[in-house]
Amino acid sequence: MKDRQERLLLGAFGALLAFGACEAVSRAGVVRRSYLPPASEVLARAVELAGDAVFLDGIAVTLRAWALGLALACAIAVPVGLVLGSVPVVDAAVRAIVEFLRPLPSVALIPLVSLLLGSGTETKVALVTYASIWPILFNTVYGLGETDPLAKDTLRAFGFGRLSVLLRVELPGTAPFIAAGIRISAAVALILAVATEILSGFGEGLGIFIAQAGLATDGTRDVLAGVVWAGVLGLVINGVLVWGERRLFPWTPGRRGVG
Amino acid sequence: MLRLDTVGQHYGDHQVLHDLTLTVPDGQLLCVVGPSGCGKSTLLRTVAGLLPAYDGTITLDGTPVRGVPDNLAVVFQDYARSLYPWLTVRENVALPLRRRGLPRAERRAEADRILARVGLTDTARRHPWQLSGGMQQRVAIARALVCRPSLLLMDEPFGSLDAQTREDLEDLLLEVHRTDGATIVFVTHDIDESVYLGDRVVVLSPGPGSKVVLDLPVELPGTRDQITTRGLAEFVALRSEVGRAVRNR
Ligand SMILES: Nc1ncnc2c1ncn2[C@@H]1O[C@H](COP(=O)(O)OP(=O)(O)O)[C@@H](O)[C@H]1O
Ligand SMILES: [Mg+2]
Repeated sequence: MKDRQERLLLGAFGALLAFGACEAVSRAGVVRRSYLPPASEVLARAVELAGDAVFLDGIAVTLRAWALGLALACAIAVPVGLVLGSVPVVDAAVRAIVEFLRPLPSVALIPLVSLLLGSGTETKVALVTYASIWPILFNTVYGLGETDPLAKDTLRAFGFGRLSVLLRVELPGTAPFIAAGIRISAAVALILAVATEILSGFGEGLGIFIAQAGLATDGTRDVLAGVVWAGVLGLVINGVLVWGERRLFPWTPGRRGVG
Repeated sequence: MLRLDTVGQHYGDHQVLHDLTLTVPDGQLLCVVGPSGCGKSTLLRTVAGLLPAYDGTITLDGTPVRGVPDNLAVVFQDYARSLYPWLTVRENVALPLRRRGLPRAERRAEADRILARVGLTDTARRHPWQLSGGMQQRVAIARALVCRPSLLLMDEPFGSLDAQTREDLEDLLLEVHRTDGATIVFVTHDIDESVYLGDRVVVLSPGPGSKVVLDLPVELPGTRDQITTRGLAEFVALRSEVGRAVRNR
């Protein structure tokens, strides 16, 4: 407990220091004000945006694509992960494809997918889904591999078959790993949703707001205020998911997950 | 009746059991003793049908054992790993009943009945990881008993418990055996425990290819009792005999 307080305190101190540094650099005129507005002004603008209906609509559009993409990724990655993790033959056959696709940076696919699907919601959802699949998939396979053989043998000794072992032992045992994968994917998904909007450049969304502010004269303050919003969204989402994991899986010590 | 006839078992080319022959009559509480690594767990897993194959023949009431036999229950030493942390105590105990197709209310009632029997009524709604080690092993025993098994296999079930808890659970097991009359194969490396619990003690030689080096009926007068029984001259004599066999002197 004391550890956590200390870390929170240090974190707050670090944020304050960075805030102060930005403020000072800008106010001292080291760089032009239009390049780097003082942190206080950026923050004030970010708060002001919370009352801007058009801006909030944009946030809703971005979050909708984020949620849809993440949900699709779960619907694909969890069953595929369960099959890969429990049928070695399939795993060996698919591994080569997976190992080829995984290192492709999803952001590099934005122009290609935009070309194929246009610059609307489909593109965003497709890219968010693609990027979110990997952490969930790998955590599912990894979690299955970590299932205690004794837990499986116990169920088998009561006469349960292969499918029961999968559903009653391996799946619940893997759930904390899957949840950790979803948490990692949630962050990746937000990056992809905003990045796709920024690169495609028109329509609605947080990324669009940032992109258009970047084109306006003296728009840096708006760009940064948008970035603050993206950061806060990411923090809130992560916080909610960590809290949910603690509630759902109280028996697991600490956090788990492979990136 | 459980019969093992020239049974062999191996992991790869590591031969663990070789030519093992043993008959366990119905209702007997057989204790299997032997040094660590001699193959006691392997023997239990083979009988439980948890290992893919074995040499020789194993029959249970005349039918050859292929896969996990019906009416079997197993209790492992490591209760923390064999109880499911995402289920409550009651759900853990009721789990084996799902194979019987019992409706939910009946599964629940059965689980509560058996929990009362092992003295855990108040913990039904808690989770295993919220209980002490002794209580967790009681839950595992309750879960093993819930389907009224005719063969109960126990692999050093009390090995990681403190002395007091262990004695309580030994007496619980004796009581269960008296009333239910199931055949029990109880593996332990504790010589005292084997004599205190067993109707019969079998000692295995160190591996590889371990064999039965002593097959001893345990006849002790009266109902067994932690204090009196352990002080009896018969008890002390049997304990020495088993001890000599284990130490191979
Ligand atoms: N899954 C396994 N794979 C390979 N060797 C094993 C395995 N399990 C046990 N063994 C080996 O088999 C021998 C007997 O093990 P075990 O049956 O666990 O002995 P015990 O229960 O009497 O201590 C030991 O030498 C052990 O190292
Ligand atoms: Mg063992």
